[in-house]
Amino acid sequence: MSDYIGTSVKRVEDQRFITGRGRYTDDIVLPNMTYACFVRSPYAHARINGIDTEEARNRPGVVAVFTGQDIVDDGINPIPTGWQIGEDMKEPPHHTLAVDKVRHVGDGVAVVIAETKAAAQDAAEHVHIEYEPLPAVADMNEALADGAPLVHDDAPNNVSFHWELGDKAAADAALAAAHHITTYEIVNQRLIPNAIEPRAVIGDHNVATDDLTLYTSSQNPHLIRLLLCAFVTGLPEHKVRVISPDVGGGFGSKIFHYPEEVFCAWATRKIGRPVKWTAERSESFVTDAQGRDHLTTAEMGFDADGKIVGLRVDTAANMGAYLSTFAGGIPTWLYGTLLAGQYTTPAIYVHTQGIFTNTVPVDALRGAGRPEATFLLERLMDLAAKEMGRDPAGLRRMNFIQPDQFPYDTPVVLQYDSGNYEAALDKALDILDYDAFRQQQQQARAEGRLIGIGFSTYIEACGIAPSAVAGAIGARAGLYDSGMLRVHPTGKVQVYTGVHSHGQGHETTFAQLVAHHLQIPMEDVELVHGDTAQIPFGMGTYGSRSLAVGGSAIYRALEKVLGKARKIAAYKLEAAEEDLEYVGGQFTVKGTDRSVSFGDIALTAYVPHDYPIEELEPGLEFNAFYDPKNFTFPFGTHICVVEVDPDTGEVEILRYVAVDDVGEVINPMIVDGQVHGGIAHGIGQALFEGAVYDEDGQLLTGTFMDYTIPRAADLPMFEVDRTVTPCPHNPLGVKGAGETGTIASTPAVVNAVCDAVGARDIQMPMTSERVWRAIHAARSSGDGQA
Amino acid sequence: MTPYAFEYTRASSVDEALALLDGHDNAKLLAGGHSLIPAMKLRLSNPSMLIDVSGISELAQITASETAVHVGALATHRAVETSEIVQAKCGVLAEAAGGIGDPQVRNKGTIGGSLAHADPAADYPALVLALNAAIKVAGPSGTHLIPAHDFFLNLFKTALQDGEIITEVIFPALSARSGAAYAKFSNPASKYAVVGVAAWVEVDEHGMCTGARVGVTGAASHAFRASNVAFDLSGKHLTAETIAAAVAGMADAHEMLNDLSASSEYRAHLCSVMAQRALTEAAARAMG
Ligand SMILES: Cc1cc2nc3c(=O)[nH]c(=O)nc-3n(C[C@H](O)[C@H](O)[C@H](O)COP(=O)(O)OP(=O)(O)OC[C@H]3O[C@@H](n4cnc5c(N)ncnc54)[C@H](O)[C@@H]3O)c2cc1C
Repeated sequence: MSDYIGTSVKRVEDQRFITGRGRYTDDIVLPNMTYACFVRSPYAHARINGIDTEEARNRPGVVAVFTGQDIVDDGINPIPTGWQIGEDMKEPPHHTLAVDKVRHVGDGVAVVIAETKAAAQDAAEHVHIEYEPLPAVADMNEALADGAPLVHDDAPNNVSFHWELGDKAAADAALAAAHHITTYEIVNQRLIPNAIEPRAVIGDHNVATDDLTLYTSSQNPHLIRLLLCAFVTGLPEHKVRVISPDVGGGFGSKIFHYPEEVFCAWATRKIGRPVKWTAERSESFVTDAQGRDHLTTAEMGFDADGKIVGLRVDTAANMGAYLSTFAGGIPTWLYGTLLAGQYTTPAIYVHTQGIFTNTVPVDALRGAGRPEATFLLERLMDLAAKEMGRDPAGLRRMNFIQPDQFPYDTPVVLQYDSGNYEAALDKALDILDYDAFRQQQQQARAEGRLIGIGFSTYIEACGIAPSAVAGAIGARAGLYDSGMLRVHPTGKVQVYTGVHSHGQGHETTFAQLVAHHLQIPMEDVELVHGDTAQIPFGMGTYGSRSLAVGGSAIYRALEKVLGKARKIAAYKLEAAEEDLEYVGGQFTVKGTDRSVSFGDIALTAYVPHDYPIEELEPGLEFNAFYDPKNFTFPFGTHICVVEVDPDTGEVEILRYVAVDDVGEVINPMIVDGQVHGGIAHGIGQALFEGAVYDEDGQLLTGTFMDYTIPRAADLPMFEVDRTVTPCPHNPLGVKGAGETGTIASTPAVVNAVCDAVGARDIQMPMTSERVWRAIHAARSSGDGQA
Repeated sequence: MTPYAFEYTRASSVDEALALLDGHDNAKLLAGGHSLIPAMKLRLSNPSMLIDVSGISELAQITASETAVHVGALATHRAVETSEIVQAKCGVLAEAAGGIGDPQVRNKGTIGGSLAHADPAADYPALVLALNAAIKVAGPSGTHLIPAHDFFLNLFKTALQDGEIITEVIFPALSARSGAAYAKFSNPASKYAVVGVAAWVEVDEHGMCTGARVGVTGAASHAFRASNVAFDLSGKHLTAETIAAAVAGMADAHEMLNDLSASSEYRAHLCSVMAQRALTEAAARAMG
């Protein structure tokens, strides 16, 4: 009954999701509610010389029209970034609505609030804004050029920060002495997150009590409240409740504190009525923080045996027009620290500069820095293998950190706690039947077919993060989490967690965890999340931290509950605590048939007629905060096999093998689902997705007609398997599974396509046309296999 | 977004629809709504009135005569895909209909709406050109037929006049020694055709090509017939070589669309590849 860990229980939340009964922010309709429509800049860069709201105010159904100045005049501060990168980081103000200038297409300029959404949208067309268009920079190289237009006057050369990590002298020396150097210029293109539920916010000020409730489709309601209260508005935290009901995906884009949240919180107080805003899909494209967007030069040196001796990396990271909540941390600490990968590289140096451009801000997107690091390393490994005439699997294997080297200190700060990389590689090769594949590939090539294979042996650092480490690297928050267990008198349990599911199935996994340890039916456990009024505190869901950090906090609370329950049981059974065993939901005096059930103990705790009231408080409820000791380090091997149509350049993925090690697994089906989704996302970057801005900063891929996200029919059946190396430092032995697929898969696919067509590199997304051109280039340079 | 405000009314007959069209400036017919509604929600289209014709059931019929298949303008893509008449007499049309968009689009979108909308990347235009269909139109001055090759004038522009309604599309039945096929290279995002080529060929008892028509969609500002390919093939045996020779360089890159989804050079190349595939299959079917 209660052996839930390791069981593929069907997701309890799916019943309501797939029958259309989820309750998302936009489903909430409050009495007397009004609707906000943002008037957004059509220019990437322009001075605002005047805003005439008169006509809009007089349109039917209009309640109010506000501009940026109204908000500034009310003493509302700009939205801060949450990560300080170096003393000199340029952090120009990011106002709720633009005040003097607009800096990207989609920047908010004014807001119309009306009785209906349609009325607000109609009236918004009558807000007259006098723009003076300014030269814009969308491209990082242009932003860095001499005399480039400045996105912010106080950020010279459009640079926000410089950052470096590792030992430059050691890396330089290692490369100078290397037997072979592989150099790679990488464009890691910009992605658009595309959560299926657009962002939505409702501000609801209660005039009678002065309480503010903010509903927002967010991955971390507590952080939103903290930023909103402590930094932006100065509202007292105890008068502000942030609720994130069901959240339909985020991929990172719903971590951040957005202007629309500040606006609705402010405007509801101004007009004394609830204010709702729900993004149109076309708004999501130009306001949700985007991801990736690096230009990188990387050099990896090898000795004559193929051992990596050094790595040097220089990256320009596009920050967009403003620094979003985690922006600076992503291309630095979440990227540079991953550059050892699975390898024993002794000397690593990385330099990153954060660049402002007139584009949508860039921040964490599924994997956040780690996909960029993995892409760089795993492409380098395949390129190096080709250049040195080595087998790509063999080259990786000989550079692996060995199981007996853990804990392993990398030259880029991290200490890997555990790992067994060869086991995952071997398992993947086995599933693929590598030797047989190589023969089939030879034969297919002889027939003129273009078949290729690509590897990716990856590591990620997740379960973020030890607060002291986070603080030391510039995060302006701690990264612990909380878990609270409320056992009701009847023995039913509510679990309150500070992490918040936006598709990961927490209601199932966390209920399994609690039911397993309390040895009660899962149906007796319910998860409560996404509400600052109910949950003590929390840092939300991202960085594959929910189970590793939030789950560990719940485990600590479980220990407290079981500890007290044991005391009550000992009293009731008139036995010593040590003489009790807890089996099948019963405390039993060992060797006897005297027992008391969990339900009876709960009832006793709340009806303490016969109770050790002198020593023990009534009730059965505990909270625990858990601060992780280290990151967790999932790893694995992904292998992709593709066939390319030589006539059209179309890529078909024939096989996709993924062996991941995410530590202990509570619900294998959910983990597989996370891995599947992650792989799909990573394949999306490799083959389909890419934000394109023109030279004026207009987003050309602003609809689903132009921006391709992968669909089921574009993807093969994934062959997923696992090795299990438990995390040694958290009580659950778990690591995190939400991002592994995305981190691992992109380079595997690019490696496979390059192998198939005999190209050194193909720019992502590898559209059919780009692959077709690569085939031609390979053929005309004579090194194609076809 | 929310569309601009508009009036809505239903027409229960073609005559009523024509009268309503006549009585209102800036009114538009609504069929499946799968081109019109998205444009209205983006506020790119702003009709003052929608005349919903989707309830005019006689326009949804699919019937066959000796010489032709008559597809009512309101036949949905799904109806065309699954029609036994179409499958038996003009199988390529059913196949192509089954490749339009996704199930929701196919359940709502109609052949008449697709042709009237004349999206340069829509599928049916290639089919009506290759199969030499005629588009039957009702208007204030009666009904008339527009041959497919006179129908598509430019981007979203057809020979349809204001106030006219497509009532039916007439496809000549395929003769015993003819065959047709459609090859589509889809845009990975929209699934519309980057290039779609429909080919029809007819052979004599010796396997000699006595007629060919190639309709191309997606490639240029409007669907067109590649008459040069048809000309090249006539009087020849349809072999891999003759087909390859006929399609080589068939499209002029200068006349191709050039956008994010494909450069004009790549589109021109895809025309040849898709034409080769469609012709090869059509020839096999003709000689089948
Ligand atoms: C997601 C998506 C994917 C799609 N993919 C494809 C694809 O792969 N291939 C493809 O070909 N199409 C595709 N389409 C378009 C689809 O086929 C449309 O249904 C079709 O283009 C329009 O038909 P409708 O009945 O929906 O017309 P409506 O949207 O109702 O009308 C379109 C236009 O035609 C006019 N009209 C409608 N009926 C008539 C008539 N009988 N006489 C005169 N004028 C009329 C209307 O006034 C309007 O101007 C896609 C659409 C969507 C939304």
